[in-house]
Amino acid sequence: MLLEVRDLHVEFRTREGIAKAVNGVTYSVDEGETLAVLGESGSGKSVTAQAVMGILDTPPGRITGGRILFQGRDLLTLKEDERRKVRGARMAMVFQDALSALNPVLTVGDQLAEMFTVHRGASRKDARAKAVELMDRVRIPAARERAGQYPHQFSGGMRQRIMIAMAMALEPALIIADEPTTALDVTVQAQVMELLAELRRELRMGLVLITHDLGVVADVADRIAVMYAGRIVETAPVHDLYRAPAHPYTQGLLDSIPRLDRKGRELYAISGLPPSLTAIPTGCPFHPRCPRARDVCRTDDPPLYEVSADRRSACHFWRETLRKEPLDAPR
Amino acid sequence: MPRAEPILEVRDLVRHYPLTRGVLFRKQVGAVKAVDGVSFELRPGETLGIVGESGCGKSTVARTLVNLERPTSGSIRYQGEDITRLSGRALKAVRRDIQMVFQDPYTSLNPRMTVGDIVGEPYEIHPEVAPKGDRRRRVRELLEVVGLNPEHVNRYPHQFSGGQRQRIGIARGLALRPRVIVADEPVSALDVSVQAQVVNLMERLQDEFGLSYVFIAHDLSIVRHISDRVGVMYLGRIVETGTDTEIYDHPTHPYTQALLSAVPVPDPEARERRERILLSGDVPSPADPPSGCRFRTRCWKARERCALEVPLLAVPAAFRDAGTPARHDSACHFAEELPVVAGGAGPPRDRPVPGPPPPGGSGPRAA
Repeated sequence: MLLEVRDLHVEFRTREGIAKAVNGVTYSVDEGETLAVLGESGSGKSVTAQAVMGILDTPPGRITGGRILFQGRDLLTLKEDERRKVRGARMAMVFQDALSALNPVLTVGDQLAEMFTVHRGASRKDARAKAVELMDRVRIPAARERAGQYPHQFSGGMRQRIMIAMAMALEPALIIADEPTTALDVTVQAQVMELLAELRRELRMGLVLITHDLGVVADVADRIAVMYAGRIVETAPVHDLYRAPAHPYTQGLLDSIPRLDRKGRELYAISGLPPSLTAIPTGCPFHPRCPRARDVCRTDDPPLYEVSADRRSACHFWRETLRKEPLDAPR
Repeated sequence: MPRAEPILEVRDLVRHYPLTRGVLFRKQVGAVKAVDGVSFELRPGETLGIVGESGCGKSTVARTLVNLERPTSGSIRYQGEDITRLSGRALKAVRRDIQMVFQDPYTSLNPRMTVGDIVGEPYEIHPEVAPKGDRRRRVRELLEVVGLNPEHVNRYPHQFSGGQRQRIGIARGLALRPRVIVADEPVSALDVSVQAQVVNLMERLQDEFGLSYVFIAHDLSIVRHISDRVGVMYLGRIVETGTDTEIYDHPTHPYTQALLSAVPVPDPEARERRERILLSGDVPSPADPPSGCRFRTRCWKARERCALEVPLLAVPAAFRDAGTPARHDSACHFAEELPVVAGGAGPPRDRPVPGPPPPGGSGPRAA
């Protein structure tokens, strides 16, 4: 296993109290595999990724438990200088907003070349040549000329290509992409996702794709982990999950998106709002919004039940959900 | 088909932003052609969706419709009267009837005003709509209509979630009992589960108050869901327009086809089945749009004629006698039908929808 996150807990100190952003997240990614981590804002999907990358702001954040095994080693026990050697070289991250992730006062070529001078001890000239090669590889036209330009001189799609070039510069084993195409237009999004998928195949990289977009997940992922209120509520191979979700939250999400290929009637809407992380409900955190909730859901926090060899669901009533059993009228 | 008189009629709408150079002697060196000849009609009770990518001019169209901006040329007729020439009292009266809902519920509400003041502010400007003593009651009514707790009139915007703030924006838009609502990306800042609540709310309000919507968005799935007719914009112009079936199931303009094929569909089975048209390059600058057809620099069909001749938005000759839904306006010299959306080919997800959603999604409210 390339990456294994086990029972990870992360808290933030806020004015309203302790915000429990990640509450026992467990997931794993294999070599060459794409895992989509799906969740709405505040579900803890990005915080988990930041903890894995070792770029969590501490304070106010604090990892209060769990292990992050990367190629067999627990990253949380490494010293910062050892950690730094892993970051960038063996695992890399692509951020949503390339404009704020790139250095505005360095040319794009210099930023890419830096990867090789810092991590590989390459000479400036070699590093520069490699930078241009990389830009070519992510299909930036006129790479040699454009290497001398600054990030603001590129379009959004081109900037995201530069971010991808930077992430793959040292051919890492794992790439974490946090909403890599959310800020892009749909035609550009398609270009960038295609590029990412192609490079991942070529280099046999593992990819953790963090997104809120069920369409993007269906397009590229092998497996999916759905997050809610800092927990994994369901993991499954992508085809299985879309065919028959085993958690009412997943089902609600699938039902609430309008479809491009047919005109629907009224959309199903999950009632209410996600909980505040400083006051997560007892029992199952989804129970106040769940159409299947019963008494046990209000008191007992569901474990990740084994649905099948490669599926898990954190719902006491996953069997009923999976079978799409009609709901009892009164709750 | 009997057609009602359009409530809004836009003809050759143009909005250019001058580019100037020099400090002492300012001179115009060019113009950003944000909107460059847009025409459409909106009929009573109808929803017209306008889709397009960033920079295509869709938001500028929205702003001219509500008179936040004056067009460079062209006309906008509301109930037969050109509102671009109005001023003073007459303009004010029209503004009451055409209201706007903005994209970002975080910046479009004044953080120092209570919700009651925000929703009631339109009455300060148009006092004839509600006498002073009646306003408080009306505001509470409006909050109730959009599914918010009327007890919360004295709260401030930061005490609400994104979806609730968008409801506040909608309540403000409804305050003056408008006939037309122009909504510019009203749900794109919201989470998926909340998006559905707001879309459902907008549809319910449309029926309840007989509203006409101009619904502007980049999300093609949502636009299909809510719209009766759709216009696709590219670089300041509408390139194709028709009913939702005509546009989504029978697109004839290459840009529409590329746009639709790029939308990720939430169905992993479709991965192998769908063919994706990948456009190369970026949208050209609206300050210097290509000659002839503006899409030709990214179009795989472009030929010499496309650089010389501007294609008109009309039913293409090839489909003029066709009895199919491909017969609709499309601004392409070489229009061809190309189905790109896997038309319901996947297994229908037949599942009982768990009960009617509570009105306006009034679940537990944020404290």
